[in-house]
Amino acid sequence: MNLTLKVWRQNGPQDKGHFDTHQLSDVTGDMSFLEMMDVLNDTIIREGGEPIAFDHDCREGICGMCSMFINGEAHGPGRGVTTCQLHMRSFKDGDTITIEPWRASAFPVVKDLTVDRSAFDRIIQAGGYVSVNTSGETLDANAIPVPKADADEAFNAATCIGCGACVATCKNASAMLFVSAKVSQFALLPQGQPERKRRVTRMVEQMDKEGFGNCTNTGACAVECPKGIDLTNIARMNRDFLNASVTGE
Amino acid sequence: MLDSKTPGGPLADKWTQYKNNIRLVNPANKRLIDVIVVGTGLAGSSAAASLAEMGYNVKAFCFQDSPRRAHSIAAQGGINAAKNYQNDGDSVYRLFYDTIKGGDYRSREANVHRLAEVSTSIIDQCVAQGVPFAREYGGLLDNRSFGGVQVSRTFYAKGQTGQQLLLGAYSALSRQISKGKVKMYNRHEMMDVVIVDGKARGIIARNLVTGDLERHSAHAVVLATGGYGNVFFLSTNAMGSNVSAAWKAHRKGAFMANPCFTQIHPTCIPVSGHYQSKLTLMSESLRNDGRIWVPAKAEDAEAVRKGTLKPTAIPEADRDYYLERRYPAFGNLVPRDVASRAAKERCDAGFGVNTTGEAVFLDFTSAIMRYGKTEANVMGLENPSDDKMRELGKAVVKAKYGNLFDMYRQITDDNPYETPMKIYPAVHYTMGGLWVDYNLMTTVPGLYAAGEANFSDHGANRLGASALMQGLADGYFVLPYTIGDYLADDIRTGAISNDTPEFVEAQKAVQAQLEKFVSNNGTTPVDDFHRRLGRIMWDNCGMARNKEDLTQAIADISALREEFYANVRVPGSATGYNPELDKAGRVADFLELGELMCKDALEREESCGGHFREEHQTAEGEALRRDDEFTFVSAWECNGQPNDANLHKEELVYENIELKQRSYK
Repeated sequence: MNLTLKVWRQNGPQDKGHFDTHQLSDVTGDMSFLEMMDVLNDTIIREGGEPIAFDHDCREGICGMCSMFINGEAHGPGRGVTTCQLHMRSFKDGDTITIEPWRASAFPVVKDLTVDRSAFDRIIQAGGYVSVNTSGETLDANAIPVPKADADEAFNAATCIGCGACVATCKNASAMLFVSAKVSQFALLPQGQPERKRRVTRMVEQMDKEGFGNCTNTGACAVECPKGIDLTNIARMNRDFLNASVTGE
Repeated sequence: MLDSKTPGGPLADKWTQYKNNIRLVNPANKRLIDVIVVGTGLAGSSAAASLAEMGYNVKAFCFQDSPRRAHSIAAQGGINAAKNYQNDGDSVYRLFYDTIKGGDYRSREANVHRLAEVSTSIIDQCVAQGVPFAREYGGLLDNRSFGGVQVSRTFYAKGQTGQQLLLGAYSALSRQISKGKVKMYNRHEMMDVVIVDGKARGIIARNLVTGDLERHSAHAVVLATGGYGNVFFLSTNAMGSNVSAAWKAHRKGAFMANPCFTQIHPTCIPVSGHYQSKLTLMSESLRNDGRIWVPAKAEDAEAVRKGTLKPTAIPEADRDYYLERRYPAFGNLVPRDVASRAAKERCDAGFGVNTTGEAVFLDFTSAIMRYGKTEANVMGLENPSDDKMRELGKAVVKAKYGNLFDMYRQITDDNPYETPMKIYPAVHYTMGGLWVDYNLMTTVPGLYAAGEANFSDHGANRLGASALMQGLADGYFVLPYTIGDYLADDIRTGAISNDTPEFVEAQKAVQAQLEKFVSNNGTTPVDDFHRRLGRIMWDNCGMARNKEDLTQAIADISALREEFYANVRVPGSATGYNPELDKAGRVADFLELGELMCKDALEREESCGGHFREEHQTAEGEALRRDDEFTFVSAWECNGQPNDANLHKEELVYENIELKQRSYK
């Protein structure tokens, strides 16, 4: 198929940025979206231009590195997939595809389609862990049974890949889905209880400090989330946060 | 002969006694000592977190935008541990034995036993960190089986075990970062190791965003930089996975061990076109329930390839479940090297099932019906219809492997619940790596290698679910102890200066190479060379190797390397963000490593594990080891060009296990 690609180019966070338009032919349906970008970059390099910078690594939907806003949707059309898992069979001959970076003030553009998501790391550093040393001298793993339903729900929350699609999708650039997924994972497990209040308070504080917006219950984040992280996590986080604010130490 | 520094005493007591007797660094002195950890996968994150908890000042580096993205995240199936929760006769000894046997008797006994010993602590540790492993209804941990063993010792979190374990290690790391005990450098690549007075004393790192070169000094350097499967271009590795840190260390004096020992994983999604950038693994756990087959009749295979015959229309009698036929004792759960070669054998014989002729079926029909029947019994349904059982069975399979099935459908546009998956072997893991002694120290004092980056535990073939085990064992429970024995000498050294001539020279050399790339004015993109290197490696140093091909490959790679330096085009400049420049440096190192791999494969005149020399096979086509001559580790010392490397040997002594021809029949 033949495609018209409108790609965002921006040389660093201070640059104003603009769209470049490229024509690409001989794209096949079995190509992944990033393989299509590889082909485009190959052409650009051979013509003496500067290739389009974009983040990617595992290309199997788990590392969370790829991050393209395609035709107005985080990770493009389709549900439950990252950009690297999106295949060109989702498009048709003659389509124009607009490709932008995640847009949020807490995610400054590094170059072109690459953004800086270190704010997410700092939120985890604020409390996204169980404070246990790595000595191995802990209880036997089977000493505390965890109901399967709780373990499964904690797992579902823990499958967040930290890609930032939720932030890019949200009209407020809110990171509530990301933060609540981590808060929920530990809130659902016995290991997370001792620090439950402190954790949610500190993580939410850091989230606000990073400049993410607030949640207005639109739910777009959960629709675009490639891992299907549920909106109920946000409700749980809000409850925990309120509880911690009133009864916390 | 290389000295592994394996402690004396009975095998089962070595590690405990050794730990009791090595030197310690007291807490006040730990605060005076700096350690650099490169790489933040399971081994790197866990090592950095543990060392920081102990009191050392740690600097950690990763080339990704966050430590959480290291490629350990993509590991799917599980992690082994000798917990014997299933009461199926598992033990530390059995895990040790299975690993040695699975590795085709080419790994070091003492290291493997230590790995099996600490395996149980890993599970305890991860649960304490809040890693949500799969559980049974009673609330206790669930297990499944992996290849090459007859017990269920694999702990898992659906098909995302690596992700959950890495996020556990990342959370421990994040906790130390928040305390200021780890200084984290994201989007930084290690460009060289700096050696001062014969000891590793720091690294040159490049800030990939600004392009600035930085000198970082420390008392010891740990490389946890993963494997080098991407030398084949197409592999299950992440796009950024590279050998460069290990290769720079090799060039600075660290020996490279068994580089030809690569693992070709049997169950990956086959290649679909020339633009392909990577191959996707379908977890080995699928072999618990999936049955591998090809049509028994060549004409059926031909019709399937043409698309005129559906696999579901082929009757049972006309299917060749070749693993079950050849290896009745282990069936579909033979080790990876055996399963891969068997797939290649069938496809080479003309029974392949996709358009390229390089694919076999992985079929879940039997499992779906079996689970459906059990579910129907549980629900008290009498005489359930086949459709009902299929429906119930699909739900069970979805719960176990849902994300893998979704991934398969996304990539191939086929529905694996309805039609068998098509799979083919692909490069997945490298057992070879930097040579390390019992302490995980390379041949350069103060330079350590952990996880996939070292060679130590998997011999010539790694068993499934053992990579995660080794990464976390090295990082949480081995290196933090052994490194203290070395650092005990450094308590009076004081901070290491990064202003010495050694640092300045190393930085200059790095700068010169970067400048050379961007001013080369060639015409061909980096990937083009990488693809061609990959083709040479896959054709000549892949699942089957022979003298003639390897000799040719060495010449071809050498020629390709020359062409690369003459004609590579790297756009942009050495300052600022330039991913093409990052890639060029990595491919340059792959172009050297590939040649050494072929040389190593050529010198090892035997077949063992993943290394299959066509000249050395049994009448049935199984790998034929030559223990009298090759029971050793090949450790290569850099001597200029890769083909000039000098061979050193570490003799492998088996005091506790009898060397046998591996049999899974």
